Amino acid sequence: MRWLRSRIVLLLGILVLVYTFVPIFIVVMMSFNKLPSEQSKIYKFYSFTWDNWLHPCAAEGMCHGLVLSIKIGLLATLGATILGTLAAFALVRHDFAGRSATNVLIFLPMAAPEIVMGSSLLALFVAAGFAGQLGFWTILIAHIMFCLSFVVVTVRSRLAGMSDTLEQAAMDLYATPQQTFWKVTFPLVFPGILGAALLSFSLSFDDFIITNLNAGTTTTFPMYVWGVARKTVPMQINVIGTMMLLVSVLIVVGSELRSRARQKALAG
Amino acid sequence: MSETVRKKGIVGYVLLAPAFVWLLLFFLIPFYSLLATSLFNANGSDFRGYTMVYQWSNFSGVIRDYWPQMARSLVYGAIATFQCLILGYVLAYAIAFKAGRWKNLMLVLVIAPFFTSFLIRTLSWKLILADDGVVVNSLHFVHILGPNGHLLYTPFAVVMGLTYNFLPFMVLPLFASIDKIDYRLIEASNDLYANPVVGFFKVTWPLSLPGVVSGTLLTFIPAVGDYINDQLLGSTQTRMIGNTIQALFTEANDYPAAGALSVILMVMIVAMVLFYVKRAGTEDLL
Repeated sequence: MRWLRSRIVLLLGILVLVYTFVPIFIVVMMSFNKLPSEQSKIYKFYSFTWDNWLHPCAAEGMCHGLVLSIKIGLLATLGATILGTLAAFALVRHDFAGRSATNVLIFLPMAAPEIVMGSSLLALFVAAGFAGQLGFWTILIAHIMFCLSFVVVTVRSRLAGMSDTLEQAAMDLYATPQQTFWKVTFPLVFPGILGAALLSFSLSFDDFIITNLNAGTTTTFPMYVWGVARKTVPMQINVIGTMMLLVSVLIVVGSELRSRARQKALAG
Repeated sequence: MSETVRKKGIVGYVLLAPAFVWLLLFFLIPFYSLLATSLFNANGSDFRGYTMVYQWSNFSGVIRDYWPQMARSLVYGAIATFQCLILGYVLAYAIAFKAGRWKNLMLVLVIAPFFTSFLIRTLSWKLILADDGVVVNSLHFVHILGPNGHLLYTPFAVVMGLTYNFLPFMVLPLFASIDKIDYRLIEASNDLYANPVVGFFKVTWPLSLPGVVSGTLLTFIPAVGDYINDQLLGSTQTRMIGNTIQALFTEANDYPAAGALSVILMVMIVAMVLFYVKRAGTEDLL
């Protein structure tokens, strides 16, 4: 009884954690599901098969959307990471008029509901006469816009938490400002930038609400899932869902192992 | 925070300019555009063009037509946020104080499920809550749910989906805030004969308020505007404001009404955020 009382909070926490994994088990399980016919509308497990994993692109149109989402995700990440990193340096390391107003401007896109952001951007595109040209470029513009703030916040906190004594030491040792930046500052900030880029990619890759309003007839992966959700869901989307989980877990575990190895090297 | 000396001069402006211009062009100006759209003459179309006539009746019109959807969004959002707060607090507290050497692993596990697509996870709930599913059958068995009771396509399913999908937005700020609390303060309250419940409400809870405030806002705002959960797990009886705005834009092509609804949603949320932040007295949200 005492054992239970001292661990009750931890057990409850683990229970919540298990609850967050319930749909994940379903996704993995459904990736091995064989639909009895092309018109199986009821979303349930029928029978086991490897087919979905062997032929993920057999679902018509899915891989096209997937490639498009990856392309947009990479470009949006590149754009948002560059713009956001520059802005984060400006906010932490430089003084200029309107700094606090800028901080508010950066915060707003994270606080606004997605549906409002998406619809206002659509209103602009329509007013500017681009209603017929919605597609790749308008999606990319929107994705850079909503990833930007997250990049600034992530890189800014890394920069702010970093003491500049190492940089001063480099300067004392006659390093030029460029050398100091590339040999000292940049490597120290890099983990923050990398984190921001990963976050951007996953935000862009998974976005549906803003994309749907500004995509016209272009179909990204989430839009494909949305489209088939009303008809018959091809089980291959669960293969993609499982792979997304595996890739991100590998990235997280990899970076954790690396930082542990580094800490050990420093300690030893 | 380190004591960084901020450099003056033009470089700051140059570094900031690209991001600033981007947010101006594609975030602030669109808001103006949305506001203008909400005041267009509703008799136009996106092909023939609308005329700007300051038609304020668009607002009274959408309030009259869609107030149930608005009220429903706020209620669903509030219930989901409350449930997230309870689940999220337990989880964040367990990770911060009870996990010991498993702390990092548990943090990773909190985020991991959310790397699988939002839509695919929501589809999974469809299977979990389905009529012949385990959950419904067990509830039938213990007579919590009547023999003809359903879970899927009910308000319960929608709120359940919202709670699930926005939980990490609650857990992470709560964890950041609880993790900062000096555990010795809690031990001190025990030494001074506070029972765990009193200790929690007098010590832990007040110290975690910044996390509670930002977690609540980060959960409530997207939950109110979301339409994915409602579309996949709900029915026409559960429609929320997000579904309505999206349908008006992409199906009905009624841009002025859709614009007016978006503006109302934004105003409601900004008002609530200001009220809430003022009441809770937390300015440092970031």
